Amino acid sequence: MFGKKKLAAAAVTTNPAPTEGTDWIPDGALTPVHVEESAEAEIAPYQNTWEKFWSIFKHNKVALVSLIIIILYIVICVGAPLFAPYDPVETDLANGLALPSKEHLLGCDKLGRDVLSRMIYGGRISLMIGLFPTLVSMTLGAILGITAGFVGGKVDTIIMRIADICMAFPSLLLAMVVSYTIGPGFLTIFLALSFVNWAGTARVVRSEVLSLREKEYVEAATSIGVKRGVIMLRHILPNCLPTLIVMLTNHIPGNILTESSLSFLGIGAQPPMTSWGLMVYQTKSYLDRNPTITLAPGIAILILVVAFNFLGDAVRDKLDPRLQEQ
Amino acid sequence: MVKYIVNRILVTIPIIIAIILIVFLLLQVLPGNPIQVMMKEKANQAVIDRVTEQMGLNDPVMVRFGRYLWGMLHGDLGHSYKLKRPVTQLIMTAFPNTVKLAITSALVAWIIGIPTGIISAIKKDTILDRTLMGFSLVGISLPVFWAAMLLQYILGYKLKLLPISGYSTWRHMIMPAIVLGWASSGSIARLTRSSLLGVMKNDYIRTARAKGLVESAVVTRHGLKNSMIPVVTMMAMQFASLLSGAVITESVFGIGGIGQLMVSAINQRDMPLLQSSVIFSTLIIIVGNLVADILYSFLDPKIRTQ
Repeated sequence: MFGKKKLAAAAVTTNPAPTEGTDWIPDGALTPVHVEESAEAEIAPYQNTWEKFWSIFKHNKVALVSLIIIILYIVICVGAPLFAPYDPVETDLANGLALPSKEHLLGCDKLGRDVLSRMIYGGRISLMIGLFPTLVSMTLGAILGITAGFVGGKVDTIIMRIADICMAFPSLLLAMVVSYTIGPGFLTIFLALSFVNWAGTARVVRSEVLSLREKEYVEAATSIGVKRGVIMLRHILPNCLPTLIVMLTNHIPGNILTESSLSFLGIGAQPPMTSWGLMVYQTKSYLDRNPTITLAPGIAILILVVAFNFLGDAVRDKLDPRLQEQ
Repeated sequence: MVKYIVNRILVTIPIIIAIILIVFLLLQVLPGNPIQVMMKEKANQAVIDRVTEQMGLNDPVMVRFGRYLWGMLHGDLGHSYKLKRPVTQLIMTAFPNTVKLAITSALVAWIIGIPTGIISAIKKDTILDRTLMGFSLVGISLPVFWAAMLLQYILGYKLKLLPISGYSTWRHMIMPAIVLGWASSGSIARLTRSSLLGVMKNDYIRTARAKGLVESAVVTRHGLKNSMIPVVTMMAMQFASLLSGAVITESVFGIGGIGQLMVSAINQRDMPLLQSSVIFSTLIIIVGNLVADILYSFLDPKIRTQ
């Protein structure tokens, strides 16, 4: 066995590389690892998925701040009537395009409607579109993915071929086509996003199930005569949970952005309903006279999406089984 | 290898047909006569009936679909209701503008994205790394329409540095390319970083270092070469999606590309134009992804030898 010193010295003589960048060499890569140490390091307390999820926020400040921001957004938008200082649709032409003031913190739009109140109500649409189609398509994708992976055969082929077709659609374009047929609005975005999103989930879940299916505990359950449906629910589904949470946090920000883009194009939320994308569209001509009313909704979208993305990154680092195998 | 490529192409064909069918059905199941919508109340019923018959709209859906597919194979994508011109001609006039925008914004994305990713990976966990990755994350999270308008307002209107909208010169492309490029650079930077970090953990990197190779050579010759395989694939896919038309950017900056064609088709309820331009865009994405897949199999020796 080589001594630590000898090997370290060899490393110095054979590797005259500048010290810069050597932080890639994992600690202890050049020295033989003591078995006792590594064994000790590997014994970590067992955590189930939820414990793991919550433990993210203990160490990761960015993720914690992001979570707090998201919760704040949800609380404010759900409780809109409590927090909004004015009625979002009440017009007051005397205050048209009013600049920010004590009465109207973010000013007023062309019709004198309070921008802050409109933003609080408009956030409901953005959050709903961020969350609901994602949840629906995740559930659908999980069910179909598990079925495809576990049942296999023809069922698998049919489900995955349909998924291939749905995945090939860009959701923005699909939303445009749907809006031609059933008209613009909440339902259009909901259908278009769900139609495309479930397929990605199903594909990932299926590949997860294919490897889980071969595990000993599934074999054991099968051999003692547990029904397939029960195995799927009790043994396969819980093990797919980390993947599903990762997919969930990754889909939400994208969906929020798509909704705002569609609303900006006039395909999304329709007046008198409002959403941040629609607000930017409605106020864009007054950017020179009153920039706040256009800037504010955009910043609201940006902060929310950044928060979701940071959270998604943290969740993925902690929970993604594919990252942990490496 | 050849078998893999042929197989991939064969799998794609039914998907393409299915997509054409879905778009076709979504736009044709609409109750009511499109000719009536087009002519409003002005025309009398006899005229409407005659035109409907002439355009073959009384035939069963599947017959119309067959006719549409057949026309498509011959380069005939129908006739625009509102612009009174063949859709093929409209798409072919719009497409070069989209290509122009796609090329410039892809260049911006690559020039920002790849070096950002490499520097972040080399300086992992430093303040520089965090800043660059934060910048990339904001890029991904940016509402493109909003950023485009802000840039238009500041650079175009206030500072008068660049033309506000239009697409006649390359100068017009700078602002749209910055917005779109920044938005696309984020994912490239993040993938470059994670891929390079992953590759640098390999044994052959340790060997390269052990034999005394200078660190910069280790990174460029051994690290980058292998870590760029997924990045190149993503670049190809992103380029395809840019080629399919940047709906938002094109409408904010008034670029007469495919994206704007689709938006105007929606606003004017021009069904043949919407149908064919959406199908055209989707096909570009599918073909782009197919090319990316094949590219990946060429670049990755692990797949190539199979």
